[in-house]
Amino acid sequence: MKTVMTRGTVTIDIELCKGCELCIPACPVDVLVMSEARNERGEQYPLLKPGCTGCGACYYVCPDLCFAIYQYDKPLAIEVAA
Amino acid sequence: MTRKFVEGSEAIVEAAILAGCRFFAGYPMTPFTEVLDNMAAKMPEAGGVCINAESELEAVGMAWGALATGARAATGSVGQGLSLMQESFSEITRAELPLVVFNMARGQSDYYQSTRGGGHGDYFHIVLCPIDIHEAVEHVQLAFHLADQWRNPVQIYGDYLLAHTAEAVELERIAYGDLPEKDWALSGDLNGTGRSRNINSIGMFKGAKGIQPEQFWKRLQAKFEDIKLKEPRHEAEFLDDADYVVTAFGTTAKFVRHVVREMRAEGRRIGYLRPITLWPFPAQAYIDCPSSVREIGVFELNGGQMIDDVRLSVLGAAPVRALGGISSDESGFGIGPLLNTETIRTILEEAYARATGAKQ
Amino acid sequence: MTLIDTDRPPEAGAKEWRARKPALLIDGDHDLCPGCGEPIALRSLLEVIEELGWADRALASVGIGCYTALTGILDVDMVQALHGRAPSLATGIKRMRPDRLVFTLQGDGDMVNEGLQEVLHSAARGEAITCVLLNNGVFGETGGHMTATTVLGQRTKNTLSGRDAKYHGHPISMTDLLTPLGGVSYVARGTVTTARDVEKTRRYLRRALETQIAGEGFSFVEILTMCPTGWFIPVTEGPGYLNETIAPVFRTGEFKVEGLVQ
Repeated sequence: MKTVMTRGTVTIDIELCKGCELCIPACPVDVLVMSEARNERGEQYPLLKPGCTGCGACYYVCPDLCFAIYQYDKPLAIEVAA
Repeated sequence: MTRKFVEGSEAIVEAAILAGCRFFAGYPMTPFTEVLDNMAAKMPEAGGVCINAESELEAVGMAWGALATGARAATGSVGQGLSLMQESFSEITRAELPLVVFNMARGQSDYYQSTRGGGHGDYFHIVLCPIDIHEAVEHVQLAFHLADQWRNPVQIYGDYLLAHTAEAVELERIAYGDLPEKDWALSGDLNGTGRSRNINSIGMFKGAKGIQPEQFWKRLQAKFEDIKLKEPRHEAEFLDDADYVVTAFGTTAKFVRHVVREMRAEGRRIGYLRPITLWPFPAQAYIDCPSSVREIGVFELNGGQMIDDVRLSVLGAAPVRALGGISSDESGFGIGPLLNTETIRTILEEAYARATGAKQ
Repeated sequence: MTLIDTDRPPEAGAKEWRARKPALLIDGDHDLCPGCGEPIALRSLLEVIEELGWADRALASVGIGCYTALTGILDVDMVQALHGRAPSLATGIKRMRPDRLVFTLQGDGDMVNEGLQEVLHSAARGEAITCVLLNNGVFGETGGHMTATTVLGQRTKNTLSGRDAKYHGHPISMTDLLTPLGGVSYVARGTVTTARDVEKTRRYLRRALETQIAGEGFSFVEILTMCPTGWFIPVTEGPGYLNETIAPVFRTGEFKVEGLVQ
């Protein structure tokens, strides 16, 4: 196991997602990855790995307004599989 | 009592201000220009706004925006300028906005344009056609009232003669009764509630995907049918025992009415019928003409436009004959040689004799 | 792979920094294409209106284009204008309600093709309205045809080999036309390709609206938006295409501030 510090997190309304994938390269810490599963619309949608900084880049570039951004009062340590 | 000696253009503007019009936009064109001039001078004094628009397209657009806020707003031009406004007229009517339009037409050739809805789609404007300045002062105020009452545009079909003749007129505010609040008008107070307003012509609603034009337009059609039932107006004289009826509209009708009264005084059984609303056309008045009527003569100064509505009204019950024709002055403003009581007298005597077998 | 739950907000120890959508947008999806830049622009505009405290006093005059489909969720009192005609309606609204924040929302086909006369005159008269131009260089709603802002070399349905100056003329830049006019107080152009660009665009929109609130004449913000559908490219290439093909022709930045050319 290793520890990843995270300073923020997001909620994602996956049913609004149209699978455009613009959020993936926008994330400066590469913690967004597209799912294998598909939503009701038939589109793949983003999943969040540990390490989000709460910068909001995904929220800014999403055309379907899927993201809300949260910033932790204190950085959180998250245990992840090595 | 305010009695003023004014040109028709000025009287129309005074009447509009009395009716509470507080926005006007227009573009100069003869013989409408003086309406714009008077609006530019008087509207600011009345606390309103008058804009010289960059073209007729923008003039009607500005009035459209002003109407959307619930203000009483108007625009105007001549037939040529109204041609440019047709797309907007269609949208404004189907968005149920109460626009008032001052058409100082170059004669009588714009009857089709005014009554057929010259733009796209199923819509109609109520068209009031005054015979003189006195009636115009009343019609202008009635126009703003009917427009608000029905949420539908109303056009005043005037002309060069009306705009440019001066008479002494009473300029008094006419009270037409209460109207409901304009809760459809934009204000911002519903922003963010999910119920904010969308003034549009195709049945768009907040929170709904797509549009619902069919139901929306059917409801509008039902409104037009209701207006057709309730708003036709006409003027008639000497119909009860008439052998012959002559019909005319607008300022031309004043000449015709004068000649009919002369002929009646000399024993001719001639009647006179004038639509006051060009739309809705007062068809019933024509249907109700007595069976003694041998022919209906249509005296209009154009290639034959109102005659269609007369024929549609009587549906063959009596012959309908065109007695007027194209008649204009050197500038094309509609003051032609046929606008002359002696000439009209000759035409009517000849028509009367031909139809009734009477000696001229 | 460890994943973070993104269905629910964190229970404690965090604050919401950016809400999913502004209060002036009704919840629900919109019908615009994946990767379209227009919703991003609209969201930015509405957020700025809310931040300025004018949410219940904003009125819109909306043109006709793909963005018209957004009016179903645009929770602002509005009037639907004809193609190109939004500025004249906005003029009428503002003259009757000078106490309201009045903006237009128009595409390039709408404003720069059909409505060029209208926006220029409204600007020259110094009408205290804010015109917002969503520029993607195509008529999106009708399927991707050339507009007055299509750049040379850009492929559209009627310039399939790329716009050629000899046959199709040159594009028009609204910022060039508006900046010299006396009645114009604020002119800017931004994009929505990256977070930084969106934040800059928000600042331009804020300054434009502040110009109107201060009663200082006409304000204008042009926003270059991605249209992968109209550009015949994959969705993920939208931002890159915009930055490489369109933004070099239409420079971003502020061109006029408080009536002074920058």
